[in-house]
Amino acid sequence: MIWILDITMLFFLVVCAIAAISIKDLLSSIIILSAYSLIMAIVWVEMHSVDVGFTEAAVGAGITTVLFIATLARTEGRSED
Amino acid sequence: MSGILDIVYAEYNYWIYVTLMMIGFYAMIAKKNLIKKVIGANIFQTAIFLFYISLSDVTGGTAPILMGGHGGEHAADVIYTNPVPHVLILTAIVVAVSTTAVALALIIRIYNEYGSIEEDVILAARRKLQPEFSEHARQKGVAEVGRQ
Repeated sequence: MIWILDITMLFFLVVCAIAAISIKDLLSSIIILSAYSLIMAIVWVEMHSVDVGFTEAAVGAGITTVLFIATLARTEGRSED
Repeated sequence: MSGILDIVYAEYNYWIYVTLMMIGFYAMIAKKNLIKKVIGANIFQTAIFLFYISLSDVTGGTAPILMGGHGGEHAADVIYTNPVPHVLILTAIVVAVSTTAVALALIIRIYNEYGSIEEDVILAARRKLQPEFSEHARQKGVAEVGRQ
């Protein structure tokens, strides 16, 4: 475990989580959630958990984002809070 | 004093995991928008995954892939990280995606029915449709229902 990379990535993780829940535009929020998943995949590969890392990169950052955007296309893209 | 600092430094992964979990929990409870609630649930789930993966990491360990396989000489002195939590989390990621898909399908259905994904708007529309749904209307009695 490379601790300086670990701390940097965990810091970005918290920033992305706070940004994803506080932005009013839902499309931006979903894209930030996708970036969050990708950073999480980097943290896991760096902690020697390679299989979980690439599953998260494919499923968490890929399919989840597609599902969210498909939902957004059928509903409204603006949040009140 | 140095004992406390040692705990903070040595286990910073766990502090981050608790922080992320609380961010997700806050979004699930306090946000009115349904998609924001699902995003909060996703953050909550990945925080728990981070806890399990941090748990399985071993200092000086390498990825749990057999060294010296394929007929080569077996290396006995290699330290591997614990692969059991990895397998658990691999399953949990798939379950998380299924949960998200079901939640989003329900959100589309709710939007078709009520024309909004804001929780307070949906509750107001529901009170209008069924006055007995609201506790306030139930207390006011028949007069409120009769006026509808």
